[in-house]
Amino acid sequence: MAVTEVGTDAPGGEARKAKQPKPAPLLAADGTPLRKKLRQALMLSRMRAFALVAPLLLFILIAFVIPIFAFMVQGFYDNEYAKFMPRSTEALADWDGESEPTEEMYAAMVADLVAARDHPDRPIGRVATRVNRELSGTRSLFTSTARKAARMEAPFKDAMIKADKDWADIETWQAVKVASTAWTPAYYAASLDFKYTATGDIVRQSEDRRIHVTLFLRTLEIAFTVTVLTILLGYPVAWLMANLPLRTSNLLLILVLLPFWTSILVRTTAWIAMLQGQGVLNDVADWSGINSMIVWAELRFAELGDMLWPSVWQEIANRFDVNLAYDRLALASLCANDVNQVLNQGQGALDGLAQRAAADLTDCATEMLAIYNANGVEAAVAKARELKADAGFAGYGDERFSMIYNKTGTLIAMTHILLPFMVLPLYSVMKTIKPSYLRAAKSLGATNWVAFWRVYFPQSVPGIGAGALLVFILAIGYYITPALVGGQDGQMISNFIDFHMRRSLNWPLAAAMGGVLLIFVLFFYWLYDRIVGIDNMKLG
Amino acid sequence: MSEMLPPYATTGQKIWFWTFRGICALIFVFLITPILVVMPLSFNVEPYFSFTSGMLALESDAYSSRWYADILRNGTSWPANELLPWDGFLAWVWESVYTSAIRTIQWIIPFWDEDTTLKPNSEFWTDMWANAQWIRAIKNSFFIGICATLLSTSLGTLAAIGLSRDEMPFRRPIMAVLISPMIVPLVIIGAGMFYFFSNDFNVFNWFIEGEQPPSERFPLAYTYAGIILGHAVLGTPFVIITVTATLVGFDNSLVRASNSLGANPVTTFFKVQMPLILPGVISGALFAFITSFDEVVIMLQMATAEQRTIPRQMFSGIREQISPTILAVATILVIISVLLLTTVELLRRRSEKLRGMSPG
Repeated sequence: MAVTEVGTDAPGGEARKAKQPKPAPLLAADGTPLRKKLRQALMLSRMRAFALVAPLLLFILIAFVIPIFAFMVQGFYDNEYAKFMPRSTEALADWDGESEPTEEMYAAMVADLVAARDHPDRPIGRVATRVNRELSGTRSLFTSTARKAARMEAPFKDAMIKADKDWADIETWQAVKVASTAWTPAYYAASLDFKYTATGDIVRQSEDRRIHVTLFLRTLEIAFTVTVLTILLGYPVAWLMANLPLRTSNLLLILVLLPFWTSILVRTTAWIAMLQGQGVLNDVADWSGINSMIVWAELRFAELGDMLWPSVWQEIANRFDVNLAYDRLALASLCANDVNQVLNQGQGALDGLAQRAAADLTDCATEMLAIYNANGVEAAVAKARELKADAGFAGYGDERFSMIYNKTGTLIAMTHILLPFMVLPLYSVMKTIKPSYLRAAKSLGATNWVAFWRVYFPQSVPGIGAGALLVFILAIGYYITPALVGGQDGQMISNFIDFHMRRSLNWPLAAAMGGVLLIFVLFFYWLYDRIVGIDNMKLG
Repeated sequence: MSEMLPPYATTGQKIWFWTFRGICALIFVFLITPILVVMPLSFNVEPYFSFTSGMLALESDAYSSRWYADILRNGTSWPANELLPWDGFLAWVWESVYTSAIRTIQWIIPFWDEDTTLKPNSEFWTDMWANAQWIRAIKNSFFIGICATLLSTSLGTLAAIGLSRDEMPFRRPIMAVLISPMIVPLVIIGAGMFYFFSNDFNVFNWFIEGEQPPSERFPLAYTYAGIILGHAVLGTPFVIITVTATLVGFDNSLVRASNSLGANPVTTFFKVQMPLILPGVISGALFAFITSFDEVVIMLQMATAEQRTIPRQMFSGIREQISPTILAVATILVIISVLLLTTVELLRRRSEKLRGMSPG
């Protein structure tokens, strides 16, 4: 408002103000009040800006947000049973899950089984699969009873129990009740190693079936280790580039960007070529004798540890799941692999070795095979035991470290692939830190270390945060590298989601595991937005 | 280390200086070696992933281009142990060019009557173009990549322009949603899309009344359209990030000047804004292209064997029959990425020069 009243704070001002006529509002050329006109204009430009974004937003919503949301919801929904077995579903809904199963339930089940057998889609296998997920071993129960169901007569309870005595078991009925609820928390519970029971409780899964939490923890552990490794490797490189003349640092930047632009498949293939048993790194190690040195050092170090500090050493070994026997590294080698196979599988493994070309055999395998051919299986296994007891195959000369198809391979390849995502944000932050700060700190008497730690490092923390969060977010959902070089113990949660999606066709469980993973990722994304800001994300 | 090692440095400082450089050199070696190692290995005459003693001794018969020939041969009826018939190559190129030229003319002038079916005197090359697995993968990769790039670049550029306006409402949450395809695990995206695009849940079926037989629905899973949509979604965050970065230095008074001189918004966009942000748009497009070009996970979920792209073919190659052909393809891909990287770097410099951010 352009016109303001002065001096209205006199006694009785309120009343007088109300009587006074309102000041005339400023008008635009066409007679509308300026304030309104301004609001309209602002609104229009807002709408215009939004209209530019709208097509993409709509596209992302339809092709990305809604599909993922629908998929997450699928984790709560499975009507595979209810769709084809409506009568028993209804009967089971009234059952409390604890009392003796009633005759009506048996009758409804028989009617459903008969109907399902006559159904053109032949759904009995799908129904059996659904129940089997709740209680393993029930698949054949369903398929076999369905075959007999048409000939059953009342009382159905006795008839069914006669067909298979598992029908008397309350556990079977509890599993069916859980399977018959279409909207169910069972899958999300299962993805966190819990079990949804017929009485509606959620309890811990039995000890031997808890696999998912371990898997999530392993995924977090791998993602965390990769993040730490990228910080350790990325920090010096970023520092060097930030402190070199621009011409040189641009050249070095290309060395960082080239891997960034190279296909992940190419880099993973390259690491297979580098790391495999007959690969480049092993060749170099073998040729230079480094592997023998490592094994030797490993032996001495373990002996030293055992001698000096047995309890602490044991503790460290337990903590990191390290095999304390001094053949730790050697056991991972090909030679030890052969020995272990012979120890575990006996004749089968020996026959397998005999199939291989003589040139491909390790020294251990050659020795065991020779004894196998001369004196039979028993002697060969005894030799294997002897070899294992031997000081970690030291002196065999062909120890090749298996660095691939296990967690080590996954870690190395993922670190390599994600390193540019750490270096680039670090570099862009470090470029802005003025070198004069360090000089000032030193001129005030700080040592090199103090100047770095108290002055430089705190300023580079935003870069570390940005890089670390980005790497962690990308690592936690990684699929390709673990799938190709992960072997058994390098698999991550994404690989299991894919397995349930495409192999075991357990879509609701895949959805539930994906939902849990997505929550992790979104949490870190939110954190990234809070700390770094999405706007500050830069590429190249 | 902008101050190089000063002359008064103590021995300890000298040691640390060179140790630090050494460590950094090792890290650069770690970054670049795997990519370099692929190249010589792809010329291995043996079907292994390791250097043979002949290769190390630089004997010429330990090297061969057979795995490059295999890219062209694999899937054709050409016998595996015979050399490729290079003599038919030029004839094939000529035929293809000639045929497509005639087709184009016929398309423009429908009554043009010219027999386009030349007698093939280059059977292998025709066979190769139609049937070789890797060639099909290359064609698929480029087709899907280019379509996805066009889609994501056009939508992404528009959105980036809207997002960088000051008056954009709900800027932060919308930005968060639009960038999220970059950070949501690919497996979840792939599974969600496959689930949603498969018949029962396909969004396009919502608009069809009643129960339709499956043949009349639009099953987007297992179609090029579905894959292109998926890849376009993945590419948009990169376009948005690069274009918004270019727009940060954009002087809005240029737009106002153009408007005040009487240009309409469309003219202003194409004549004023577009030329200035073009370098950013092109780098965004290249990012989107490389994202699609390098994508496996969605392909695993949504594509059939016919639709395999290069990375998808490599993925099954690594899993099923690991042969140096993969290394040959990898070498070609490295060369492509070097070219792309160079282009993007040149564009970035040009963009900075245009916006006066750097002198060089």
